[in-house]
Amino acid sequence: MRWRPHITEAGIARAVVILLAFVALEVLCRVGIINRVTMIPPSEMVASLWSILITGRYNEDILFTLFNVIAAALIAIVGGFFVGAALHGLPRLRRPLVPLLSAWYAIPTFVFYPLLIVAFGVGRTALIVMGALFGVVAMIVNTTLGLDHVPPAVAKTSAILRLGSLRRLMLIRLPSAAPHLVTGIKLAVAYSVIGIVAGEFILATQGVGKRIAFSYDNFDNRTMYGMLLLLLVAVMAVNGALSGWEKRLHRRFGAR
Amino acid sequence: MKSTRFDYLLLLAGMLALWQLVHWAVGPDVLSSPWATIRRAGELVATRAFWDHAAATATAFGIAGVISILAGIALGLWLGLRRFAGDVADPILGTLYSIPKITLYPIILLLFGLGVSAKIAFGVIHGVFPIAIFTMSAVRNVAPVYHRTARVLRLSPAATALTIMAPAALPEMLAGIRVGVALTLLGVLIGELFASTSGLGFALIRAMDTHAVADIMAITLLLFVFAASVNALLGFVERRARHGG
Repeated sequence: MRWRPHITEAGIARAVVILLAFVALEVLCRVGIINRVTMIPPSEMVASLWSILITGRYNEDILFTLFNVIAAALIAIVGGFFVGAALHGLPRLRRPLVPLLSAWYAIPTFVFYPLLIVAFGVGRTALIVMGALFGVVAMIVNTTLGLDHVPPAVAKTSAILRLGSLRRLMLIRLPSAAPHLVTGIKLAVAYSVIGIVAGEFILATQGVGKRIAFSYDNFDNRTMYGMLLLLLVAVMAVNGALSGWEKRLHRRFGAR
Repeated sequence: MKSTRFDYLLLLAGMLALWQLVHWAVGPDVLSSPWATIRRAGELVATRAFWDHAAATATAFGIAGVISILAGIALGLWLGLRRFAGDVADPILGTLYSIPKITLYPIILLLFGLGVSAKIAFGVIHGVFPIAIFTMSAVRNVAPVYHRTARVLRLSPAATALTIMAPAALPEMLAGIRVGVALTLLGVLIGELFASTSGLGFALIRAMDTHAVADIMAITLLLFVFAASVNALLGFVERRARHGG
């Protein structure tokens, strides 16, 4: 079954709601109920984003952050998968560890960022380690959950068919775990972005977060909102794509 | 039971050993040793200033938590009971839940200024969406047979809500509240890191500025213990609701 976008009533209503929200914001800003020091009208944010992209003046910052996010997310995904798989095989280690892992996202992990700066210096490495540290736990948790989700009937079938361990892994375990793995990937990417942007806010020589913090400090609202919009649109696009993938897998494998 | 407790102790010992090894590897400028951190945490807990900061954080966390829970449940109930409104709002809520809200800190600062309202706002934007999403899905997932039973028994809408919907939806709602409350705490702390002059988040950023490694580690350890305890408590309540209901 191929997934294709279809227009529904709810979809139309949603577009109208979002459009109205933007129009209302535009009007509030233009009339002056929200003053310009607080927020510039959305149309100006878009114009600012456009000029940032056309002139390419912040390309270095954008590429810097993009590279770091990709590196951190890859480390988090690959590392988290293997740690999660190992934990799944060691239930005695896993049981006491679970409450700790689930509390991981309740503390702001980036308080360790200054310590990473001391260890690695100001630059790429500290940011990438930060992002990977933030993202890896989501991948670990979802990998263990995913590997739990092999339906007993399927496991029995694979035993009856006498599949070898490699084929069992490729044909049974990974497909059964796939929806959760994609959830893990989605979260690992999102958390890597948070870790890296937060690090750039705190201390960095360049990057999107650095640029936003710098323009905030200098009352340069046009640049700040332009860069914020760029960041949010990029995150939403990636997240939307991964969510779509996740939904299709959930539908296909029926695991929840 | 006994062996689980033994496993916990084993894990704890293992983590302390790992921590100590890393400390030896990278030096005290990067990571203070477990013993030094625990001792520093003990010293901090004995000071007045720590409790002032803790009280500031607790106040903001309490207010933000209550707002997140009430607003999240109200929104979730409304969207769960009106299918069309729910269909319209679902992806919007999902997107709002997933955007990295830390990037919004300049906007929150510009809107609310430095102070307690910015912290609370930060807590609420983190906590309200998961609670709304879980509540909405909880209400929608109540089995149709329950609705039919309520009709057969000719229950009033109030009685239906109270005796059928609430118990059926409660476990999933509590799961949402657990996630939401944890994120509210994170939001409040982020607010304090970037936009405040009091609270444990502020104490952390000051320790970061002066590079007081032991302080950073000690405050983080205390926060982690607190967050894990709240999480465990809410998890316990959730399990009770699941099995007792």
